[in-house]
Amino acid sequence: MEYHTPGSFKDAATIAAKAEGVTRFLAGGTDVLVQLRADMVTPDVLIDIKQIAGVKDIAREEGGWRIGAAVAGAEMTEHSELGKEWPGVVEAMDLIGSTQIQGRATLVGNLCNGSPAADSVPALMAAGASVSVVGASGTRKIPVEEIPAGPGKTNLAKGEVISAVHLPARGDNAGDAYLRFIPRTEMDIAVVGCGVSLRLDGPAVAEARVSLGAVAPRVLLVEDAAKAIIGSSLDDAALEALAAAASAACNPIDDKRGTIEFRTHVAGVLAQRAAKIAYERAGGAK
Amino acid sequence: MAPDGNMTNGFKVVGTRPKRPDGVDKVTGRAKFGADAAAPGMLHASIVRSPHAHAKILKIDTSKAEALKGVKAVVTRADFAEGLTGENWNILENVMAGDTALYDGHAVAAVAATTALAARDAAKLIEVEYEPLPHVTDVDKAMAADAPVIRAGAADKSVPEGMHPNVVRYHESGHGDVDKGFAEADLVIEESFKTEATHQGYIEPHACLAQLGPDGKGEVWCCTQGHFNVQKVCAALVGTETSQLRVTPSEIGGGFGGKTVVFIEPVALALSRKANRPVKLVMSRSEVFRATGPTASTSMDIKIGMTREGKITAAQGVFRLQGGAFPGAPMEFTAMCAFAPYALENVHQIGYDVMSNRPKQAAYRAPGSPMAAFAVESVIDELCNKLDLDPIEVRLKNASKEGTKASYGPKFERIGLVETLEAARAHPHLTAPLAEGQGRGISCGFWFNHGGETAVSLALSEDGTVAISVGTPDIGGSRASMGQMAAEELGIPYENIRTTVADTATLGYNEISHGSRVTYASGLATIKAARDAVKKLCARAAAKWGIDEEAVVWEDGCAKPSGPNAGEFEPLPLAKIARSMGRTGGPIVGHYEATPEGAGVSFATHIVDAEVDKETGQTKVVRYTVVQDAGKAIHPTYVEGQFQGGAAQGIGWALNEEYIYGEDGRLQNSGFLDYRIPVASDLPMIDTVIVEVPNPGHPYGVRGVGETSICPPLAAIANAVSNAAGVRLTELPMSPPRILKALNDQANG
Repeated sequence: MEYHTPGSFKDAATIAAKAEGVTRFLAGGTDVLVQLRADMVTPDVLIDIKQIAGVKDIAREEGGWRIGAAVAGAEMTEHSELGKEWPGVVEAMDLIGSTQIQGRATLVGNLCNGSPAADSVPALMAAGASVSVVGASGTRKIPVEEIPAGPGKTNLAKGEVISAVHLPARGDNAGDAYLRFIPRTEMDIAVVGCGVSLRLDGPAVAEARVSLGAVAPRVLLVEDAAKAIIGSSLDDAALEALAAAASAACNPIDDKRGTIEFRTHVAGVLAQRAAKIAYERAGGAK
Repeated sequence: MAPDGNMTNGFKVVGTRPKRPDGVDKVTGRAKFGADAAAPGMLHASIVRSPHAHAKILKIDTSKAEALKGVKAVVTRADFAEGLTGENWNILENVMAGDTALYDGHAVAAVAATTALAARDAAKLIEVEYEPLPHVTDVDKAMAADAPVIRAGAADKSVPEGMHPNVVRYHESGHGDVDKGFAEADLVIEESFKTEATHQGYIEPHACLAQLGPDGKGEVWCCTQGHFNVQKVCAALVGTETSQLRVTPSEIGGGFGGKTVVFIEPVALALSRKANRPVKLVMSRSEVFRATGPTASTSMDIKIGMTREGKITAAQGVFRLQGGAFPGAPMEFTAMCAFAPYALENVHQIGYDVMSNRPKQAAYRAPGSPMAAFAVESVIDELCNKLDLDPIEVRLKNASKEGTKASYGPKFERIGLVETLEAARAHPHLTAPLAEGQGRGISCGFWFNHGGETAVSLALSEDGTVAISVGTPDIGGSRASMGQMAAEELGIPYENIRTTVADTATLGYNEISHGSRVTYASGLATIKAARDAVKKLCARAAAKWGIDEEAVVWEDGCAKPSGPNAGEFEPLPLAKIARSMGRTGGPIVGHYEATPEGAGVSFATHIVDAEVDKETGQTKVVRYTVVQDAGKAIHPTYVEGQFQGGAAQGIGWALNEEYIYGEDGRLQNSGFLDYRIPVASDLPMIDTVIVEVPNPGHPYGVRGVGETSICPPLAAIANAVSNAAGVRLTELPMSPPRILKALNDQANG
């Protein structure tokens, strides 16, 4: 196994482009090292990005936030301002694993692991977050929803690496929320996850984004679910339409974590509950 | 002298809560568990396991593995004893497959190498050629006519003719006339139930360090509930003499019955013999799930008749238990425990032991009883609901008492079921208001408890301190309770006693720490060993004073003349006699060896409040109270811990834990992520009430407490959930998808 500690993302991308065999980027290691220990994936080339300047910074950017690729969940949770603007994103990240895991796990790692059940990804998609992708030809900024490709897979090309997550400016009268269903109370993996972000104009929902996790091969951005509540004041009819649209978007599997029937139903329930929280956070009276 | 007979009050040390002797070692990391041992020249081992649920093993090619650098030995079935019969054959067949792999995870070969990584790589190079065979993992399907036969001829003589060959043992018991009883009932309810297999979920995986030389002499260090059993079984499986193998138990990171079984020690010994080096073998969590013993899964039919006044007129049950690819599912315990809490005129129970392509089941706290209670107590709850009767009063009305002819045959001696029900009735939990969406459930539970072969030795040191050697691994605080019982008898401080779990060369045979037997049997033996030492101490005093031994009594840690007629002598404290023992007759050691048979049965009553989210099917246990008869609580904190532990494991079993097999017969959730034991935040504070109805079979009245506590939870939680959801749940676990489906099915008529 080769182990690299590049000083820049450009170098990291170059090493990855030239690498032969299984290549993994290492930040928190909460997936990579676990898979290594469990004899599931033994990388030939391991590229540790933690030495790169700024990877552990949470910084203001264009009224929003830039979150470095190696920022741990605990740093997001304890940040004094981030959680006030994007409580859904911060709470989603905070749901992952134990206190120990929170000291290591990162947003970018959660995204690049490619799990449809990743908790932070629906919250990021609902928030309209984007990521900086560094490759041989430079850096491009693309929406989060363009990264996941399927279970364990991303659309990143060989030699591409994500350097940071960008959250847009929150603006006024807006709120977000993420809820997941697990059979226990913590330390579990989402059977269904749902992120909702919305903006109000008076009591009415002016903008909305709804995202679902663990109900399809990749995390979904569900436009029909957003449409179901835009223009409404989240009345019962709108909530019913939201649940129906969320359930209709599901394309889950029957597996050890839940049945198709269960996931489809609970997606609608969580969409309603998350929307209510986001609505309240946006200042809507409920 | 301490009373020869029983004492149930006037205790000085018993019933107090001294510090646990192993506490500092465990919180500082000094305690040595199974995987903490090392030896010079030690090799690391890895086991090759079947990826098939059922397959003929056509060929095993070990040549590539043996050629790998660092590999010192490879073993297959050919490296173990031949010609074994009975249970030893079954154990060997499980430890290392013969010509057929019987379940996903069944060991087929093993390798030892100089590093753990080399052993893992070598295991991948062992090429096994399989011919997959049809498989079956569900108990009902395994009994069906078209089920593949796991092993022809495995059935014993108890099985009636015409049964499928996978039914290997049959049990029938009861008394009275159930048809007559059902005719007398105002309401008869008949219901079928299923429970999935659950794992004990001990935190420490199986681990051992073993050495076996060409001279047949060997040493094993391992994590086990019964090292004498490990010694006996390993000697048979590797073909050496029992006494030539010395087994030392490590500290144990949980067992709950699952470490009463031998899995890896014979493999490590066989590898060691071949390599002539010590071999360490540590299971991964996945191996623990796939290849050690979970509980049996069950399918049960219950029929109970009741009068309007709440009298049970008749009860019958059919209990089908799947115990993996070997005989031994504890269906007779399921059948015998099912109706034990109730005094019934008409009762009948049938049990089937069924083989399937799963790992060999192992004991898990009161093996077989919790499932029976789930089925029976659910039907009683339903009868109470339909007849509008109070569930505690109905249970009191029918409760077994001293003199009751038990559903499984014998007459009960003094028992404490009524006392637990009365304590439950008096507990504020029972009348506390329930919030919206919540339901309350209660259940009784029963376990036999066990005695078993036991030997204890108690040696005095010259400074007056005492060393107790026991042969039962401490799985629940027994080092503390033995020290307390000895301190009580000897009249010396608890702190002056150290209790050690001794190796197999130190004591006579001790049965495994199972059957809730240790505080009862090793406790009884410790008391008797202390009394033996006291007798010897009194004899030394008598010799010094020149009076008869009978004229000396033992009081408050001193030998004293028994009365004015015996003479006037200064009391002789234990330390003073000990100081001179070398000159007065040699070392003073008390000992006791026996197979005590007076283990008192034990009953419990649990109260549970559960809240069900009807939109998602999620259940939260919001309040839990355990009431159980301990006979006499030696160390109440440990007793409460056993009560709480049983309830916690029961909550997991009831709500989320299950073995999930795919269509391919492979276990799909061999890790703690998807095998969902409760996490701390899933549990409420579990309240406990210790009831003490003394067991006449123990000098202090002790009853085992470790197992009864897991008998009522499945039923109590099922009753609470069913009452909260408004629909009867008849299948475990009551996972959210299952509850939601039951709610939807009910809504859709």
